[in-house]
Amino acid sequence: MNLAALSMPTKSDEAFRYADLTALAGVWPVEPEEITVPAGASEALSIVQDAASGAVARQLVVTLAADAIFDLRILNLGGAYGRIAVDARLGEAAQFTLGAAQLGSGDQVLEIVTQVTHAAPDAVSRQVIRSVLAGHATGTYLGKVAVARGSNGTDSEQSVRAMLLDRTATANAKPELEIFADDVKCAHGCAVGELDAMGLFYLESRGLPPEEAKKLMLQAFIAEAFSGAAEEEKLQSLALKRLGDML
Amino acid sequence: MANDYSGMTVNERLFGAGLLDDYDRTRAQGDLTKLNELLAKVGLRFENGSHWDLDPSFYMLNINNLHATVADKPILKGLSLTINAGEVHAIMGPNGAGKSTLGYVLGGRPGYEVTGGDVTFDGTDLLALAPHERAAAGLFLGFQYPVEIPGVSFVQFLREALNSQRKARGQAPLSGGEFLKLAREKAALLRMDMDMLKRPVNVGFSGGEKKRAEMVQMGILDPTLAILDETDSGLDIDALRICGEGINAIMRKPDKAVLLITHYQRLLDYVKPDFVHVLAGGRIIKTGGPELALQLEEEGYEAVA
Repeated sequence: MNLAALSMPTKSDEAFRYADLTALAGVWPVEPEEITVPAGASEALSIVQDAASGAVARQLVVTLAADAIFDLRILNLGGAYGRIAVDARLGEAAQFTLGAAQLGSGDQVLEIVTQVTHAAPDAVSRQVIRSVLAGHATGTYLGKVAVARGSNGTDSEQSVRAMLLDRTATANAKPELEIFADDVKCAHGCAVGELDAMGLFYLESRGLPPEEAKKLMLQAFIAEAFSGAAEEEKLQSLALKRLGDML
Repeated sequence: MANDYSGMTVNERLFGAGLLDDYDRTRAQGDLTKLNELLAKVGLRFENGSHWDLDPSFYMLNINNLHATVADKPILKGLSLTINAGEVHAIMGPNGAGKSTLGYVLGGRPGYEVTGGDVTFDGTDLLALAPHERAAAGLFLGFQYPVEIPGVSFVQFLREALNSQRKARGQAPLSGGEFLKLAREKAALLRMDMDMLKRPVNVGFSGGEKKRAEMVQMGILDPTLAILDETDSGLDIDALRICGEGINAIMRKPDKAVLLITHYQRLLDYVKPDFVHVLAGGRIIKTGGPELALQLEEEGYEAVA
């Protein structure tokens, strides 16, 4: 490891712009975790970041060989500072799925930072990021999709949505595209909002207490991040439990 | 028999029930027995030269001099209305009269602020209850524009809603099987495919399907008082008949009551009201029987009011 990698980032590093650097200093340097999916193989991983306190920072470096499939799901909800960075490099016709939800309250700072590189033609990447933020929590998604020269047939999608339960909470979202190929399909959507007041009244008017009505709507909101996952039910129920605590 | 009522309130009560003319006639005849029979219908009794309250919980719903604002704009301006168990009331009125506001105020929608008057439902102060508590107390508000809730299925939502209501009433929750049986039965009553109830709430439903789904929900939740805000709007002729028959099957019972908010006579062909009220300028300005709705249809609000 070189010295540059060891030196602490600053706010001028784009990937650390919204990070809690004081908390990060306690766990720096972050040792990258290498994951390699061999050609034609299919693998899945669920990460539940539920640290009781303190700072957690992880960096996953994923390499997908040709025709490899990797399904990554992240539930980011613990610690004062929880950062999960994913660097994925996609070979020819590889398929990468990232479904992530981050649920924060109090003064929590949670972030998901991704760099997905389509290094060869015909690879597919799908990212669905959902954040629910209460109190003074901050939730950030920085996601860069880079399409290398000649990676024609690239199909990439980023869907980023955040729900603020309090006006004091903060959501940052920056989906980013860097494209050096002509024949590509790169979609990205981003929205930050609040729970629909009319929807809540509708549910409450049928007998649901306000917390239950909110929980039901939020559960639906984050469901897409875990839909189709091998551990969908487990992730949903952990998320639901956390939502119950937040409301 | 706590309160001595002023003549004004007595008149409002009688007027609200469409009995004011009968009362005047009977009083002129001096028949005290007949007078008290009449007054009992509005929860009052005449004795020693005064009107007395029989029982504050006499009415299922008692709206008394209700004032409400939306975004600081006064909409309801002294609305009084009483509904007994077993009755169907229809409220008609021009656009902007305050019909939907009345429904929302009774349902407890945030932003609809009550600035005066009171409302009791089965003797309890309705306005002091949160929306979900009103539901548990037996109130159902049918929406003019049912809301779409993506990602939440009808079945999941309704089971949770029903069991929340049951919990609040000290009843045991329904199991998944029991609930599905009930839902299937009510869906069949409204000729709705059970598969539609497995879909997200109102998402992708046509206007008519949404209204039918409202009636299915009413059947499942089994309220004592249903306030149905323009349930007939957006319905074709067949769906109108199905909804009308559904309302009768679910709500036409001695211990239940319905308040229909509508623009048109056509729903009233299927659900015969006992009383028809005209709401204009935030108040009930005329009350009559079913014939009043026909007269309104013929002559319009301006002529009748």
